[in-house]
Amino acid sequence: MKTRIILFIFALFGVNAFAQQDTTKVWQRTGTGDSTDTQQDAIYNRPFITVGKSSTAVGGYLEGNTNYFVEDGITEGFSMELRRFNIFLYSTISSRIRFLSELEFEHGTKEIALETALLDFRVNNSLNIRGGIILPQLGLFNANHDSPNWEFVERPLSSTQIIPTTLSEVGFGVNGKFYLGNNIIGYDAYLINGLQSGVVLNDQGRTFLEAGKSEEMFGEDNNGMPGFNGRIGLANRKWGEVGASYYTAVYNDFRVDGTTVADKNSLHIFALDYNTSWGKLTAKGEYVYAFVEIPTELNGLYASEQHGGFIDLIYPIIERQMAGYKNAKINLSTRLEYVDLNYGTIPETGAQIRDDIYSLAVGLSFRPTPTTIFRANYRYQWQTDFLGNPAVNTAGIQVGFATYF
Amino acid sequence: MQKIVGEMTFKKISILIVIALFAVVSACETIMPDEPAPEEVLAEPIEDLTPAQLNLHLQGDGEFARIFSQAEGLGPIFVQASCESCHIGDGKGHLFTALTRFGQYEQDGVTWNSLLNQGGPQLQHRSIANYPAEAIPNGVRQATFIAPNVTGLGFLEAVTDQTILDLMNEQALAGIVSGTVNYVDAPDFFTPKAHHIPNGQGQYIGRFGRKAAAIDLVHQTTNAYKQDMGITSDFDLQDPINYAVSGLSGDNVADPEIPAGTVNAVAFYIQTLKAPPRRNTNDPQVIAGENIFKQIGCENCHKQTLTAGPSIISEINNKDFHPYTDMLLHDMGPELDDGYTEGSVATSEWRTMPLWGLGLQKDSQGGTQFLLHDGRATNYNQAIQLHGGEADFARANYRQLSQAQKDQLFKFLDSL
Repeated sequence: MKTRIILFIFALFGVNAFAQQDTTKVWQRTGTGDSTDTQQDAIYNRPFITVGKSSTAVGGYLEGNTNYFVEDGITEGFSMELRRFNIFLYSTISSRIRFLSELEFEHGTKEIALETALLDFRVNNSLNIRGGIILPQLGLFNANHDSPNWEFVERPLSSTQIIPTTLSEVGFGVNGKFYLGNNIIGYDAYLINGLQSGVVLNDQGRTFLEAGKSEEMFGEDNNGMPGFNGRIGLANRKWGEVGASYYTAVYNDFRVDGTTVADKNSLHIFALDYNTSWGKLTAKGEYVYAFVEIPTELNGLYASEQHGGFIDLIYPIIERQMAGYKNAKINLSTRLEYVDLNYGTIPETGAQIRDDIYSLAVGLSFRPTPTTIFRANYRYQWQTDFLGNPAVNTAGIQVGFATYF
Repeated sequence: MQKIVGEMTFKKISILIVIALFAVVSACETIMPDEPAPEEVLAEPIEDLTPAQLNLHLQGDGEFARIFSQAEGLGPIFVQASCESCHIGDGKGHLFTALTRFGQYEQDGVTWNSLLNQGGPQLQHRSIANYPAEAIPNGVRQATFIAPNVTGLGFLEAVTDQTILDLMNEQALAGIVSGTVNYVDAPDFFTPKAHHIPNGQGQYIGRFGRKAAAIDLVHQTTNAYKQDMGITSDFDLQDPINYAVSGLSGDNVADPEIPAGTVNAVAFYIQTLKAPPRRNTNDPQVIAGENIFKQIGCENCHKQTLTAGPSIISEINNKDFHPYTDMLLHDMGPELDDGYTEGSVATSEWRTMPLWGLGLQKDSQGGTQFLLHDGRATNYNQAIQLHGGEADFARANYRQLSQAQKDQLFKFLDSL
């Protein structure tokens, strides 16, 4: 299957390569690229290459980095990785209908995933009907996870340890915007299949929403109970954007061959996201709270509540022509983050459960263009186990790049 | 920062990058977390392992930390999903990860019944999806066990049966305490070593577990995989079952769920963990406490030094070591008699737990010490006060100590 996909991709590029000899290559963003863009436009707000008069455009991004980490004085040494190679296909099928897909190759061909394959039917600005494999609007990062947009190699803990970014779902629903003076109110609402039973009893030994993802969820729901995802965002041209999002699903296989064999177990994720600027300083981040119904047999061992968040602060210390690039930037950034992976008390002692991670990262990045970044990060992390034993301290340096193409 | 004159050329950018990288590399030692001092951690291998032994140790380390999912065979009923969940940092467990065992005497009042046909001897109070967890049958006896630390066990495994029997005989002659051994039926996969001495019924001396019910570390590890995690192996193909549902296993994973090699690797990992290190051995308070420990009679059972028999691990082979145990079972009186036992051991009898690692125990128990087999004591004084039976005389001596002397004793225990 992997081989077929790779051949398909090469064939696609081959066709475009021939086409490019005779036609005009145009870089474009399929979002408006102006101040009316909001978080919900992130999936379209990417550079694409349009060839000639073709209605289909191609884009993607590439991301690679080095790793050197030390955990309590022990290191596995230096390594390099090509994290992601993602390809987008975008097509304007008609004035109201457009198609977008994203195929991800992670760590070479170790993991291949179709992250997005959706069709939009735009009735007007206030109503767009969407269906296919969508990126749920949940927090800041999930629907805006392209690596070139971020100053840090690592994804935020709240979007890896709680929100299972990249979370793709089969579903359909609506989104749209309302313009009120300098404000834009955006909404998204989708019915989705939802995360599945691996949320518990997984190989992490804890409530881990990421493990609730499965290939089957793109084919059918595991229990015939659709989930829901929605977001409301308020964007102000001056102050930035805040959003509140929600995701819920019944995750367990409570029904087998049409027969109910267990109680339903639901999960609920609430997230707040923000993205704003003060002068040249940009601040963005999210806060996430997850509530997961745990079967009685697993109470205590698996968390019913998790929460956490991050804030990225980015400041351009140099903005000028550099190395021939007109508006190049060197950014200094920092990320503060925290996740509590099991919020509660130990039943036997009444003590607070820890199971948390704090992290501080600083970064220096060079952006010759807005779509390409070369970055160096230093990260220090304190991880405390369930019982609150002495923390495991991990620190590391990562140098990498990410670019749209 | 923006008043740099002229365009930033590749050359200038390169110089900046080189300077930045040089600064980072220079600062590397100070910005990376230090390794904890060796005497502050338990989870380290024995020194002087050969490269091949170290490789096998690390393989076992990975398996010890491995968390099993339902898809990998966890359950259908279980207590925890990995070895390390109970033995955090290879240290002693917590009340949260404690085990419950149950059984009852037959009508003759002598023969112990582990209630295998009712899910005994261990309660698995957690279960996989759509399969009910086990409950303790009505009217049976039960006890709670906290997981012990697993470091230094390779030394204890290498002690010869003859050494243990000699200790038992010495105690019988001295008449102060009277330790005994628990002879247990050997499982099919048990291969006796040269130092194992069977009794007349073909049983062997148990040396691991609170009631000394496991003969060696492969035996102990196989049981733990099954009873704690519901993981079958080549050594034991039967999942734990909730007999209240049916006599069939509720998981759909083919057995064995792990090969014998995995069990052996974990057993080797445990065999090759270092002996718990001591701290502050030159502190006069610690030295005074050690003397008190001996004077009041603790060392009759918590024997400071044992000698290992032959071993392929050079650091263990015929070496003296200091576990503070005699590896024998002693009557601890009514205070610690939970009414539960294993094999032929009386319900008030407990194997003398090694005291090594005591001072580091709270680092695996969330900062609070939970002492004794079930964690009912949270400080040394409580634990000693619960020592009755054969330890009654030592407890009486302890009660005569001044507070300053008790503090010295506690400092010594903290140094272990």
